[in-house]
Amino acid sequence: MSSETIEVNVGDAVSRGADATAKADSGKMALNVGPSHPTTHGVLRLMMDLDGDVITRCEPVLGYLHRGDEKIAENMTYNQFVPYTDRLDYLSPLANNVAYAIAVEKLTGLELPERCEAIRVLVCELARVSSHLLGMGVFGMDAGAWTPFMYTFTEREKLYTLFEELTGARFTTSYTRIGGVARDIPDGWLDRVSHFCDNLPKAIDEVEKLLTRNRIFIDRTEGIGEVSQEDAIAYGFTGPNLRASGVDLDLRKDKPYSGYEKYDFDVPIGTRGDCYDRYLIRIEEVRQSLRIIKQVISDFPSGLWYAEDAKKIFAPPKEKILTSMEELIQNFMIVTEGPQIPAGEVYFEAENPKGALGFYIVSKGGGVPYRLKIRAPSFCNLSILEKMVPGHMLSDITVILGSLDFVMGECDR
Amino acid sequence: MIDQDFTDSILVKFSSVTKRHHDDCLTLDCDSISVKDVLLHLRDEETFDLLVDLTAIDHGEHADNRFSVVIHLYSRIHHDYLRVHSICENNEQPAFPSVSDLYPAANWHEREAFDMFGIRFNDHPNLKRILMWDDYPYYPLRKDFPLAGIETPLPADDVAEVTQASVDPAPMMGGPFVSGTGDNMSEAEPRAKDESWTEDTEKPVL
Repeated sequence: MSSETIEVNVGDAVSRGADATAKADSGKMALNVGPSHPTTHGVLRLMMDLDGDVITRCEPVLGYLHRGDEKIAENMTYNQFVPYTDRLDYLSPLANNVAYAIAVEKLTGLELPERCEAIRVLVCELARVSSHLLGMGVFGMDAGAWTPFMYTFTEREKLYTLFEELTGARFTTSYTRIGGVARDIPDGWLDRVSHFCDNLPKAIDEVEKLLTRNRIFIDRTEGIGEVSQEDAIAYGFTGPNLRASGVDLDLRKDKPYSGYEKYDFDVPIGTRGDCYDRYLIRIEEVRQSLRIIKQVISDFPSGLWYAEDAKKIFAPPKEKILTSMEELIQNFMIVTEGPQIPAGEVYFEAENPKGALGFYIVSKGGGVPYRLKIRAPSFCNLSILEKMVPGHMLSDITVILGSLDFVMGECDR
Repeated sequence: MIDQDFTDSILVKFSSVTKRHHDDCLTLDCDSISVKDVLLHLRDEETFDLLVDLTAIDHGEHADNRFSVVIHLYSRIHHDYLRVHSICENNEQPAFPSVSDLYPAANWHEREAFDMFGIRFNDHPNLKRILMWDDYPYYPLRKDFPLAGIETPLPADDVAEVTQASVDPAPMMGGPFVSGTGDNMSEAEPRAKDESWTEDTEKPVL
C-alpha cells in the first residue's frame, strides 16, 4: 500500500501576518492563548490584545469541547442520560448525578427515604472536597507553588479509592438513579470515610502553611481579578466565586434540598472578591464540608436507599424480573420506552463545587425529555472575563483563570 | 417564598402578563414587547437581581408559535425562582429583544440561544455563535435538525481545499441511540465482534 503525504498549512498565514502588522502599527500585540494550553485547564481559548505587558482586550472563545449534550438528552430516555451528567463537571461527577436525579424527581413528585437523602448529601460533600482539593492544588501550581498540589492530590487519590468502592468507578460514577441511588453503601465504608475525614485536616493545614501566608503567593493573588459584589451578581456568578465577592448565597442554606437543612454548617463569605479570597473560601468550604460529613455519618439513617415508587422508573428488583410476569413487562417497558414521566416543566439548581448547576426540563409526558437545558456554572462564571481581565498584566492571566476554578466539560456541554 | 400578593401586584401592574400553571416556581407569560419592562420592574423593585438562566424552546416546525424564550430569575430576598415565558413573534426569522443591558449575565446565554436556535436578539452587543464555529450554517437544537448532524464544510477553507475533508454526520447505526433498519435483527442491533453469522447464515463449524 502506498501512502501520500499532504502538506497542510493550517490557517491563512497571509491574513494572520497582515493582522499582526496592523496591530504592531498601533503599538499593540495580538496574543492567542489556548485552546490547548496548561493555563486554560482544558480547552478555553483567549484572544487578547497586549499593550506592552498589559492586557487591553480579552475575548474568550468557547466550544472546543461542545458535544451537544442537550440534543443527545432529547433523544434518549431519562435513565440513559445519567452517565452524561458525569461528563459535565468531570471533577465532581457525583454532585452532577445528584443534581440531575433531583431535577427529574421534582418532575415526578417522588419522595425519597431518609437514608437515600443522607447518602446523597454525603457523596455531594465528598465530591465538593475532591473538587476543591484539586482546585486549590492547581491554583497553587498556577501561581508557581508546586508542593501544595502534591498534598492535595494525594488526599484526592484516597477519596477516589472511596468512590471506587462505593460506585465501582473512580471518575465516571453514574451513581444516582431517578428515585434513589444505584446501590447501598458497602459494609464498613462509613468508617473508612470517617478515617479519611479525620486525617484530611492535617493535609489542609500543610497546604495552608505552604500557601496562605506565603509572601509570593499573596503578592501574586491579592488584589488581582477583583470582582465587586454588583458585578458578581450582574454577571451571574454562583458558588464559591460569588461568595468570595461578599454575596451571601448558598443554595444549601437558601433553598435546601436533599435534607441539607438538617445539618449545621457555616457559609464562608469573602470581602474583596479577588483571587486570594476565592482561594480562602475554598479552603474554608472543605473544612465545612467535613463538618457536614461528620454529622451525616454520626446519625446515619437506616432503611431503603431508593424510593419504593421509583421501581417503576429505574428498574424493578432483579429477582422479580426473572420470576414474575408483571415485573418482566415493566422492565421491558422501561428499557424500550423509558420511564413514564408526567408532563410539566421544572427547574432545579444544586449547589455544586463550581457553582449552581441547574437543569431545566420540559416534559410532554413519556420517557424522553422534550427539552433539557443544562445551566452550567462554569459557563456563567467565565462570561465576566471580557470585563475583568483588561488592565491586568499578562502574568496575572494564569492566576485569574486558576482562581475561577472552571471546567470546560461543563462549560461547553 | 413568593406569596399571592406579589403575584397579584405583577398581574395588576402589567396587563400583558398572565400567570400559567406551574409545579415548582411562579411562571409568568409575557409578550416580547413588554418583557424588558417586566424584567426591569422585577430587578429593581422586586429584588429578582440574579438572572440564572436564559434559554429557548423549539415547539416544532408546525407549531403556531415555534420559538419561545424562557428566563429564570432568582431573588435572594424571596429565596425563590421566577420563570418568564415569552414567545418569539416571527417563526421564520425569530427575534427577541436582548436583555443583556439589564442583566449582563444574559449576554452569553443569548449568544447560545442564537447559536442553537437561530433567535436574533435585537440590540445585543456581540451577537455571534458561541459554541459552534462562526460560519456554521445550521441551528443544531432546532427540532428539524437531525441528531446525527448534517455534512458541513470544515471551518478552515484552506485546510478543506487541500484535504477535501468535511464535518460528517455521526455514524448512528449500532450506536447507543438507534437500531438500524437492516433486514435481520442481528444486523440492526449492536453486538459483539463475531459477525460471521446471522439468522440466515449458519454459524461456521470450527
